[in-house]
Amino acid sequence: MDFSLSSDQLLIKESVDRFVGDAYGAERRRAIVAGNEGFSRDHWRTFASLGWLGIALPESQGGFGGSPVESMILMEAFGRGLVVEPYLPTVVLGGNALAFGGAHGDLLEQMIEGELLLSLAYAEDGSRYDEGLVETRARRDGDDLVIDGKKRGVLFGAVADKLVVSVRTRGLSQDRHGITLVLVDGDAPGVRRRDYRTVDGGRASDVVFSGVRVGPQAIVGELDGGLAILERTLDYGIAALAAEAVGIMSVMHATTVDYLKARTQFGVPIGSFQVLQHRAVDMLMSLEMARSMCYYGTMALSSSESDPQRRRALSATKVQIARSGRYVGQQAIQLHGAIGMTEEYHVGHYFKRMSMIELALGDVDHHLRRYVALGRIEDRAERPPDVAPPVAAESFA
Amino acid sequence: MNLAFSPEDHAFRAEVRSFIKRELPAEIARKTRDGDELTKDDYVNWQRRLAARGWMAPNWPVAHGGTGWNVVQKHIFDEELAFGYAPRQIPFGVVMVAPIIIEFGNDAQKAYYLPRILSSDDWWCQGYSEPGSGSDLASLQTRAVRDGDHYVVNGTKTWITYAQYANLIFCLVRTDPAAQKQRGISFLLIDMTSPGVSVRPIVTIDGGHEINEVHFDAVRVPVENLVGAEGQGWTYAKFLLEHERNSTAGVAASFRLLGHLKELAAQQRVNGKTLIDDERFAEKIASVEIELTALSYAQLRSLASEHAGKTPGAESSFVKIKGTEIQQAITELMMEADGYGALDPATRSALWYFNFRKTSIYAGSNEIQHNIIAKRILGL
Repeated sequence: MDFSLSSDQLLIKESVDRFVGDAYGAERRRAIVAGNEGFSRDHWRTFASLGWLGIALPESQGGFGGSPVESMILMEAFGRGLVVEPYLPTVVLGGNALAFGGAHGDLLEQMIEGELLLSLAYAEDGSRYDEGLVETRARRDGDDLVIDGKKRGVLFGAVADKLVVSVRTRGLSQDRHGITLVLVDGDAPGVRRRDYRTVDGGRASDVVFSGVRVGPQAIVGELDGGLAILERTLDYGIAALAAEAVGIMSVMHATTVDYLKARTQFGVPIGSFQVLQHRAVDMLMSLEMARSMCYYGTMALSSSESDPQRRRALSATKVQIARSGRYVGQQAIQLHGAIGMTEEYHVGHYFKRMSMIELALGDVDHHLRRYVALGRIEDRAERPPDVAPPVAAESFA
Repeated sequence: MNLAFSPEDHAFRAEVRSFIKRELPAEIARKTRDGDELTKDDYVNWQRRLAARGWMAPNWPVAHGGTGWNVVQKHIFDEELAFGYAPRQIPFGVVMVAPIIIEFGNDAQKAYYLPRILSSDDWWCQGYSEPGSGSDLASLQTRAVRDGDHYVVNGTKTWITYAQYANLIFCLVRTDPAAQKQRGISFLLIDMTSPGVSVRPIVTIDGGHEINEVHFDAVRVPVENLVGAEGQGWTYAKFLLEHERNSTAGVAASFRLLGHLKELAAQQRVNGKTLIDDERFAEKIASVEIELTALSYAQLRSLASEHAGKTPGAESSFVKIKGTEIQQAITELMMEADGYGALDPATRSALWYFNFRKTSIYAGSNEIQHNIIAKRILGL
């Protein structure tokens, strides 16, 4: 068992920590969020030049052969810095979907060079968080597919050059078989978007497809066989969100503890009050439980275990992340008192992003249900996971 | 970076597993699984088998009879013991008093006591708490007054686990009432068969007898039973707390308990299906299982930092709090799962629950652990 980050991984960590420390910060982020596109093209070029856009993708797909651990390192730092650039939709969701599909190496190369932005369009009005429930339909017309339907919550849909869209090519809305992933140009005829600023400083779109025509080369993976790729992609998304959440929680916690030491009331620092001390300790424990599950989920992505086991592990991860995040976030606001409620103070922005991560790619109820359902088809072994953590371990606080 | 256990680790696990399978008497395994009370003979029987294999004291230096295992191997060993339904390790000799004797005791004490712990000739218990000194342990009042070659000890120690089995007790006693409260405390080893020692059983709410009150009435203790220097007892006790890591997390034991809960839930019926297939109950089990998975990774991370040579810090407080909360959550669900069965003491389900309320109180209450983390990690 070897617990250390490799020297390459340490370099990534140093460079992303430096980026977040130097280039980000509340004021600059505010300007980026208020800007036209909601992210910085300059920063995106930096990401490309530092190799971050291809770091976790396989070499066979033009990537640099890293693992989910590399993605975790980046996402945790992005969480600490509250980085808004569309790394999640472009690289983690869009990029992984294409990589798992296997046939779009040229597009991945463009993405890795920073010249192509992607997003994933899977959620629908009627599907809530269930990626297997797809009513957007694509009918065959010769070799082409013609798409009609509506997707919602497409992250940075307005700037995405291409969307990976889940469509139903066979069967009824809940059939596992018959879902196909297709690539659609963001500005293809028949694509209509409603773009909006999200409550957590990002951008998203609801996208309507009316008779949108794509050729057979647009299919990601197999016709009718897109669900497995979609599930795997979303699991990578959960692990990435988990890392981002850990970064966010660590800032909220550290900020709160600093505040407890600095804020004086009744002639003493409020951190001398035991009720607040214990709250701060509970926040720390929530954070550390989340960090542990972030490692566990990241691990599960690269393990050789079966798909249901992987999905179950990522559901467990998401449940813990969301529960920890809600506790840490709410307490961070509460312990700051009224200052925590202000737009001006940074802790509220972390809280808002954390709250949206709670529900992104499935909330606690959704993943508890999935965890239970997947558990039924496993043996009910009570042993703990027979694996060590993927990195070492950031020790406790 | 290699994320999995090494082939050597797997081989080691297999070796431990087959040892347990071969050596652990079936009746002891059954009692452990069902939560029946183990007798002193049961514990000693098992300890002697471990000792014969050289595995009695993995936490000791090799020179004194330790195994030389790294932290990962120790972790594997603990897991296998729990999954194999071996009796829990009785910590008072091997884990609690021995490291203090090894670190601060003199050669004669090491030569006498350590082999007797390995051979199970001695059974130790711990005399720290007093009726008036719980969380504020340093306020303890048991007095040891020097009288020639002896200390004369008067006072009462309480909540003493398995004092009824023990022939020796290690105590924190006050040797200097004038000194500042921590400074006046010394670490004394006392023979339970000495005149003036009496043991009163304390029955807990689950009906069990694990704990006792021990009374000292002018008990004469030879001065050579003092460990280290007079007035340093508090320092030694703290040294132990800082080095006693993870032992209360009980992760493997909780996974085992969780298996028990699932078996129980699979036997109960509700609305025409089994309780484990009832969505509401299944999600309760899932929630605690997820927390336990997180804790198991937290524990591995803590092992990793120890492996990397870091001294254990307040992580042990973290795993104590979370570990005991999870144990308690599982036993709550066991009682719930049993329905009316919980009324009957023969099912033990409610008794488990009652008994496990102790876990957030003993070994430093969870509130005290919060204080420790607030002070030592957060600097509040």
